[in-house]
Amino acid sequence: MNNKLTHLSNLEAEAIEIMREVVAEAENPVMLYSVGKDSAVMLHLAKKAFYPSPPPFPLMHVDTTWKFQAMYKLRDKAAKDAGMQLIVHQNLEAKEKGINPFDHGALHTDMWKTEGLKQALDKHGFDAAFGGARRDEEKSRAKERVFSFRTAQHRWEPKAQRPELWSLYNARKAKGESMRVFPLSNWTELDIWQYIHLEEIEIVPLYFAAPRPTVERDGLILMVDDDRFPLEPDEEPVMRSIRFRTLGCYPLTGAVQSEAATLTEVIQEMLLSTTSERQGRAIDNDQGASMEIKKQQGYF
Amino acid sequence: MKNHIYETDALIAQDIDAYLASHQNKSLLRFITCGSVDDGKSTLIGRLLYDSKMIFEDQLAQLEADSKKVGTQGQEIDFALLVDGLAAEREQGITIDVAYRFFATEKRKFIVADTPGHEQYTRNMVTGASTAELAVILIDARKGVLTQTRRHSYLCHLLGIKNIVLAVNKMDLVDYNQARFDAIVAEYTEFANSIGITAFTAIPMSGFKGDNIASHSDATNWYRGPTLMAHLEDIDVDQDTGAAQEFRMPVQWVNRPNLDFRGFSGKIAAGTIKPGHKVRILPSGKTSHVDRIVTFDGDLDSATADQSVTLTLKDEVDCSRGQVITAANAPLEVADQFETTLIWMDEEALTPGRSYYLKIGAQTISATVSEPKYQININTMEHAAAKTLELNAIGVANITTDRDIPFAPYAENRTLGGFILINKMTNATVGAGLINFALRRAQNIHWQATDITREHHANLKNQKPAVLWMTGLSGSGKSTIANAVETQLARMNRHTFLLDGDNVRHGLNKDLGFTDADRIENIRRVGEVAKLMTDAGLIVITAFISPFKSERQMVRDMVAPGDFVEVFVDTPLSVAEERDVKGLYAKARTGELKNFTGIDSPYECPENAEIYIDTSEMTPEEAASHIVQKLLNKT
Repeated sequence: MNNKLTHLSNLEAEAIEIMREVVAEAENPVMLYSVGKDSAVMLHLAKKAFYPSPPPFPLMHVDTTWKFQAMYKLRDKAAKDAGMQLIVHQNLEAKEKGINPFDHGALHTDMWKTEGLKQALDKHGFDAAFGGARRDEEKSRAKERVFSFRTAQHRWEPKAQRPELWSLYNARKAKGESMRVFPLSNWTELDIWQYIHLEEIEIVPLYFAAPRPTVERDGLILMVDDDRFPLEPDEEPVMRSIRFRTLGCYPLTGAVQSEAATLTEVIQEMLLSTTSERQGRAIDNDQGASMEIKKQQGYF
Repeated sequence: MKNHIYETDALIAQDIDAYLASHQNKSLLRFITCGSVDDGKSTLIGRLLYDSKMIFEDQLAQLEADSKKVGTQGQEIDFALLVDGLAAEREQGITIDVAYRFFATEKRKFIVADTPGHEQYTRNMVTGASTAELAVILIDARKGVLTQTRRHSYLCHLLGIKNIVLAVNKMDLVDYNQARFDAIVAEYTEFANSIGITAFTAIPMSGFKGDNIASHSDATNWYRGPTLMAHLEDIDVDQDTGAAQEFRMPVQWVNRPNLDFRGFSGKIAAGTIKPGHKVRILPSGKTSHVDRIVTFDGDLDSATADQSVTLTLKDEVDCSRGQVITAANAPLEVADQFETTLIWMDEEALTPGRSYYLKIGAQTISATVSEPKYQININTMEHAAAKTLELNAIGVANITTDRDIPFAPYAENRTLGGFILINKMTNATVGAGLINFALRRAQNIHWQATDITREHHANLKNQKPAVLWMTGLSGSGKSTIANAVETQLARMNRHTFLLDGDNVRHGLNKDLGFTDADRIENIRRVGEVAKLMTDAGLIVITAFISPFKSERQMVRDMVAPGDFVEVFVDTPLSVAEERDVKGLYAKARTGELKNFTGIDSPYECPENAEIYIDTSEMTPEEAASHIVQKLLNKT
């Protein structure tokens, strides 16, 4: 199409512009890294944005101790490959109290993720944090700014968002206040997969189908990733060929039955799929606007 | 959901690699939909998502349940519920913010800015329009061209959208009547021509029934034009991109991994660049040649508008964030005074004369806005006199920046001609602006370089110039203390000058009253005089109430760094009022005197004054000695 860039090169150029703007304007930025496919794309874009310099900020993983083992493995490798410092934060209070997804439900997400993230940002004094969220994921995200202002208490005020025109991002803030910045705002799930394919970005093998030990609970297929998984008396893990469309804490992340073992097969299956990506997440299904409420409280 | 199968499903299933290859070459189109809830805007967007298979089974199940519970379409699916995202919006049934939606067809990927249509959300619409290449303006076929149609069209045109689609919606409710459609198009044509829209595409449709959205409707056999989807897929918006213009790239970040590499990173705003091209850096005017176009994926032979790249230059020239690298033989204009069109976006109205941050390209500078020349009635496009701009108001005003900036008129290039204004105290984005042109004045007044410099003047007097800026309530004792300070400094053979608030108002500022705007102008002029006097080597002492933080900051920014010494003369209001040397508080209390600081106009206390005087602890003489001590220790 004449000289016009393809949609992916447009999205790439926009994400790079956003990242450079943050580095130029923030005092102490950090990139939140969840080890998922969106994080993988975001990290790849960061390498591009600052090349030949390494990305001039650390990666931070807000860990819940309940991620899949394969995620921990890739996390450490990816940080090393990028030549970036990796900060791993765990909420000590949640650790001491033994908060876990099996016994504590919503409290688990609140303490490990929401509180953990706030603690980590405060501890290191980060004034800008990159996140891999996309506007197509969920309705309240559709209205969030690329540069999303947070009060000193980390609250998001959906009704008091700054107008964001052109590509002029207002990163000014008072001491203690911060920015969450979403370079992938305008990407869709398909864009992410397509870009991973095009750029050959390494992602966690759990995205590809393989026989894995599973149990079925409340309509979700859960993977028994380690021996912390409390089995019911009559439960026996069953080997199923599964893969994941999103990755979170393994006891909260539902798998899909699939034979798609390669990237193109995964994309093929996704395109022909009839359910949305977040459907496998237990966290969204509680109440109609649950994500909006979580975000106001400081969840990413 | 399988009744809306993508034609490409077969391709995806049979040859995913071929599908991916074709999808990689899709282009991107950003468009905005304008209209109100009543026009069926959300329904239309919901329908576009639905028809391009962007709605999944779980979302559809949720939608069906919601439609029955809170929908407005009886037992039928209410597509509006798909897009009205925030919980509060769903309750009120309105769209209050800009939401971005995404869908793709076989040819294109689309980003839709979904914005509210009511007048009180003009700022949201302007925000959505700022990045759009095309606008879909919805009309309810039963109602025809309304005030809001004119408003939406005007705003889209103002923000530089060249491709307009007039979506005559709800045709099902007028029995798909061609005469009705033709009448609406005729009426709109007349209006569009009057505001400078030269071309648009009108499509009769029904978002609710799906007529002429993705496929041609049997109900409108008389319509020969494209469906909305086909039009969005096929329209050529490339003529608007900057690829054909001269090269311009604002520098976002200087990339210095080591001593051997110095690159300038930015997103190209216009034109094409190749290694070897001669470039000029603005505003400095220095020239060099491009050495390499560096990217993670290897050096490029050429790069063009909208690409993010890093350039290295052949010579070691000064270049930093905010400067613009341009084609050497076709540089941008550089100026510090502009006529602009402003869109005000904050609850707090524009204060003419106040200093705001202005962000344009990759640089943030200080700027002041003059009193508007006029405000534009966005419903009738008539001009009206205005002293300020309130929330959602649009007007034309001159802007003065504190330094020269490279720019292009907005109509030529959005990146180089669009800016935002930021409140210096709250950091809120308070306005957006479009540069119309530079004022000739700015290009003609050049700084006169003088042989006897500021340092020379100061050295002759054997002192370091300073501005001792006393601020405090009326009756706090500023003038008394200022007088004592000058007396003490004079005894020490220092060359000083005292600028007193009351005295200045008898001469230099006798044309000014006590409105907020006049108070700001009063301080600005005093600041300029103080600056000239420090250039002459003097220690300037001022005694002004100067109640607003931003104006004190303005003077601080005006004079040389370190010259400004803020002295907060702190007296409780009750004490100042009891003294009431000039009888002013009494007058203010009876209402005879308006806008009196402390009574019906606020005093914003300094938070980090260099010198703090508590008048309940010190006599004026003691205060003066304290100030002199601090000043001389500082220098």
